[in-house]
Amino acid sequence: MTGTSSDLTRADVAELSRLLGSGEVSAVEVTRAHLDRIAADDGRLGAYLHVEDDAALAAAAAVDQARATGAELGPLAGVPLALKDLVVTEGVPTTSGSKILEGWRPPYSATVATRLAEAGTVLLGKTNMDEFAMGSSTENSAYQVTRNPWDAERIPGGSSGGSSAAVAGHLAPWSIGTDTGGSIRQPAALTGLVGHKPTYGSVSRYGLIAFSSSLDQAGPMARTVLDAAVMHEVIGGHDPRDSTSIDTPLARLADAAREGAAGDLRGVRVGVVRELGGEGHAEGYEPGVLARTREAIEVLAGLGAEVTEVSCPSFDLALPAYYLIAPSEASSNLARYEGVRFGLRAGDDGSRDLDEVMAITREQGFGPEVKRRIILGTYALSSGYYEAYYGQAQKVRTLITRDFSAAFAGVDVLVSPTTPTVAFPIGTRVDDPISMYAADLCTLPASLAGLPAISVPSGLSEGLPVGLQVMAPALADDRCYRVAAALEAAQDAARGHRLLDELGTPAGAA
Amino acid sequence: MTSTADRLVEFDDVLTRYEPVIGLETHVELGTASKMFCGCATTFGAEPNTHTCPVCLGMPGSLPVANAAAVEATIKIGLALGCRIANWSRFARKNYFYPDIPKGFQTSQYDEPLCVAGHLDVEVDGTTHRVEIERVHLEEDTGKNLHVGGATGRIHGADHSLIDFNRAGIPLVEIVTRPVPGAGRLAPEVARAYVTELREIVQALGVSDVRMEQGSLRCDVNISLNPVGDLEWGTRTETKNVNSLRSVERAVRFEMRRQAAVLDGGGRIVQETRHFHEDTGSTSSGRSKEEATDYRYFPEPDLVPLAPDAEWIEKLRAELPELPAARRTRLQQEWGISGTEMTWLANAGALGLVEQTVAAGATPGDARKWWLGDLARRANEAGTELAELSITPAQVAELVRLVNEGTINDGLARQVLDGVLAGQGDPAQVVEAQGLAVMGESDELVAAVEAAIAGAPDVIAKVKAGKVQALGALVGAVMKTTRGKADAPTVKRMLEERVLGS
Repeated sequence: MTGTSSDLTRADVAELSRLLGSGEVSAVEVTRAHLDRIAADDGRLGAYLHVEDDAALAAAAAVDQARATGAELGPLAGVPLALKDLVVTEGVPTTSGSKILEGWRPPYSATVATRLAEAGTVLLGKTNMDEFAMGSSTENSAYQVTRNPWDAERIPGGSSGGSSAAVAGHLAPWSIGTDTGGSIRQPAALTGLVGHKPTYGSVSRYGLIAFSSSLDQAGPMARTVLDAAVMHEVIGGHDPRDSTSIDTPLARLADAAREGAAGDLRGVRVGVVRELGGEGHAEGYEPGVLARTREAIEVLAGLGAEVTEVSCPSFDLALPAYYLIAPSEASSNLARYEGVRFGLRAGDDGSRDLDEVMAITREQGFGPEVKRRIILGTYALSSGYYEAYYGQAQKVRTLITRDFSAAFAGVDVLVSPTTPTVAFPIGTRVDDPISMYAADLCTLPASLAGLPAISVPSGLSEGLPVGLQVMAPALADDRCYRVAAALEAAQDAARGHRLLDELGTPAGAA
Repeated sequence: MTSTADRLVEFDDVLTRYEPVIGLETHVELGTASKMFCGCATTFGAEPNTHTCPVCLGMPGSLPVANAAAVEATIKIGLALGCRIANWSRFARKNYFYPDIPKGFQTSQYDEPLCVAGHLDVEVDGTTHRVEIERVHLEEDTGKNLHVGGATGRIHGADHSLIDFNRAGIPLVEIVTRPVPGAGRLAPEVARAYVTELREIVQALGVSDVRMEQGSLRCDVNISLNPVGDLEWGTRTETKNVNSLRSVERAVRFEMRRQAAVLDGGGRIVQETRHFHEDTGSTSSGRSKEEATDYRYFPEPDLVPLAPDAEWIEKLRAELPELPAARRTRLQQEWGISGTEMTWLANAGALGLVEQTVAAGATPGDARKWWLGDLARRANEAGTELAELSITPAQVAELVRLVNEGTINDGLARQVLDGVLAGQGDPAQVVEAQGLAVMGESDELVAAVEAAIAGAPDVIAKVKAGKVQALGALVGAVMKTTRGKADAPTVKRMLEERVLGS
């Protein structure tokens, strides 16, 4: 089949890889189809902060030329992709959603960007995000609002909301997101995508603009579990430039996804976390979300999984602990933005001293949520308060890790809803930080414990996507992919199509 | 700004009423090939901002990776100071804003340093003073600010500033002593002897070139005074960046005299950092602790903890070279000198120089004579350290050889030294170029001797009458006409031959 450009933007990566490998389509055709779609539709969605255009076409042409000369190319050569705008890319604007980095063109590339480039993928552009990844709706971007392709009046999740909107809106076949407290899983859930946060340390953080160093992880956002696993295999593995990077080989992730899709979960023990939407803990969870979660668990049971309920009492403390640890680290990580070496410098008119110029630069360059967290974190680390805040939060972190260990003594994976609600309307939570923070309630425990967790679509509620979260022990990312792929395959088969296919091509797109 | 307004008490007077407590924080830049957390080179003196990369410039997204060679060097220093090496140690972020720290924090160590609880014994005036070491930790150096447009090179009065990040990220070891009470009037010398000894240890370990003038060894000096007999110590000041051995001594002395004057006048000492001024030997007020930054230390999440295993530590311990104290004991025996003489040599920073001079062929006595005599005097006059004089131990040994061979005498040797120090080459070259060699029995000397005899018939008469010692006046006359180049015994012999016909 020679795809129309609409077919090409709706194809998943496995399909694109096949079409490119067989020569049925060229990399330039695939790239142009996506660039055309971006040109037509991104004015409405606001997914991209920067589109590579000519550079993307040039990269695609280089792939085609190499293929024409008979060079051995990898399976991903010519597959386009989008990167969240905190992935540092040499010569390509990288802002982390902040005005303080407006116009910065980095002199180097992140390890994940390099590995994807070496695999032959073609960078379409950089996607919108909450400023410095601080937010759950992408409304904290300093640049633009991003809309959910399922309902343009709603948020696409965050902080990787530009990536979720781009992939769900067919402006990119897949994207790299990053997850500190849920920023891959939550937007994936709210847009009907698969999003995986790898085990902390299993994907290099070198070149990811830091929010909270002990929590940040990059991971795939894709339309299928298999695509996500394939991307994870490209970006994962040890990196000597990141000393927190784990020096062990990755599990076989794509194989795990294929195995899961075969539909046999006999012998897999699934624990349902009571504290995440279970009995006595359902306040704040939408009935539709809980219903889709129950149904998904029934599907897993129907495939042979043994399902039990598990209690993790410390998970109730995850939110306050997270909102001390992440801002504390952020307050330090963001100290480098003071106008001396790169990015914005404001107020330097010759009349002001250094401290004033730094203060004015930060006052003008950072948005309200970033300032809120810097102040919070600065306070939490202050002499005299450190033990009461940062110290206590670290102890909670240990308790949460222990809860996971106890749970994994009896089950192979833990499941929960990915988010308590479906995508909420734009503007409804932005003035209420606590309700915004609650969007990450289910994703925070795995973040604090450094464990792998995936979000996979479990259906729709009120016409909007719901995600199921599957969590696994450290370095057992393959279990996430296996169980998620089993659910995906069973539901796609029952439905007769993919969930994302219910999202029509918008008028005006080719 | 200036400290000329400070009233000072005479040093001897200070001791009649107060007891000093000193403490030292010493920073040693390690001589690793690459920086602490990235692969950039560490060589001194390169064009500004050429030894930089995204990591040491603190670019967004960059991450540190600890330099194993620097960790090893720190452990060696800890072992040489008798410290306990932690089996679990972490880096911490010290958060503050300053343009020379690229990340907005310095990666350092806080409550989990690599080495703790050691000591260093130093000898001053024949007494041993034990300086307890609280900790030895590893951190990164800052960049260097260059203030342009002002008269002083300081920030005040400058019209703009430049930053060189070549130094940013160079591994820095900080060695912190516990407070040292009880040194009394010797406190300035103890402080100096401590830094001297520490420098020798680091040098012996080969982990740094410890050149104070290049800033690879820098000292902060803490001093407080308390009334004699008081059990409670006074409030201390911290004098920053005291960058020569002599200055360490001067800074302690100055602060003792200044603080005594403040206390005598009923004032109180403010806990503050102070700047040291090399030109005047004085200190001036910097930032007071009341307005000091809260550094908000927390464990560095970008680096994994350091957990050196016991086997590695024991291996490093076994590989430690001979340490300076042991070496001194050995050399003292080999050279047959007293303990006091040895302490003298060490405190003058001359030990290594003498040893190298001996190795280059001089006798220990000759080597000591030159380094502690003429050269020490010249260093003192120039306000510099012996090792910084532009003469090498090999050149001193050559000088000694020329004297012993009779090519030159001691007087000529001093002129040769002048030439060497002025950069005119090795001693033999200076002798050759300036014609400074002792005269043999040349025509010129014969003429000078005969002229002396002819010009002093009265002396000759006395000598012939039996007052042989009167010849000494003629020797002096010949030495004078030959401008010191003649060899006095030769002249005497020639005179005797001619006058007494022996």
